[in-house]
Amino acid sequence: MIEQVFLIIGLTIAATVLLSLYRAAVGPGVFNRVAAVNVIGTKVVVLLVIVQYIFKNPMFIDIAIAYAALNFIGTIIMSKYLERGEVCSQ
Amino acid sequence: MMDSVVNALTTAFLILGVFFMLTGAIGLLRFPDFYTRLHATGKCDTLGEVLILLGCMIYTAYHGMPFVVFKLLCIIIFFFIANPTGTHAIVKAAYKTGVKPWRVGDERR
Repeated sequence: MIEQVFLIIGLTIAATVLLSLYRAAVGPGVFNRVAAVNVIGTKVVVLLVIVQYIFKNPMFIDIAIAYAALNFIGTIIMSKYLERGEVCSQ
Repeated sequence: MMDSVVNALTTAFLILGVFFMLTGAIGLLRFPDFYTRLHATGKCDTLGEVLILLGCMIYTAYHGMPFVVFKLLCIIIFFFIANPTGTHAIVKAAYKTGVKPWRVGDERR
């Protein structure tokens, strides 16, 4: 019973990822795209945690932690680059 | 008895979190401006994801995997710090490069 609940929740999160992907694909300007990619990344972290319960494999949560850190660093570096035109100054 | 209570609590947390995530995604899709879109996603997504992870934490704690519970707690604390920081960084970059806020009567951007 609870396995079906996890499956349906995972499919719904995948649907919200598709909704955000529209904004990442056609959104006007680069800032909309960066924001949408950040949102997709955080949704994918939660999707990895849900997949752990569907496949009954606790390995996926380590991947989720690493992906959360990578997504955050990517967003910060991308916004700093768009703000200053360079990542770090001398 | 205890099993069904834990399952119901987990299901309630998961459905509440998915509701908030769906609201944030619709806000990202439908709002007219960059700032209003981030206003929708920056809060709804954080709350929804933390609620889902809280439900998973209850389920895992009942089935006895303490390391997984600790890792989920780490992800929750990291989300509460990192998600508003990322949103603030993007909005600051957009404001400094001259993206104008939307006003009533403007066209959608």
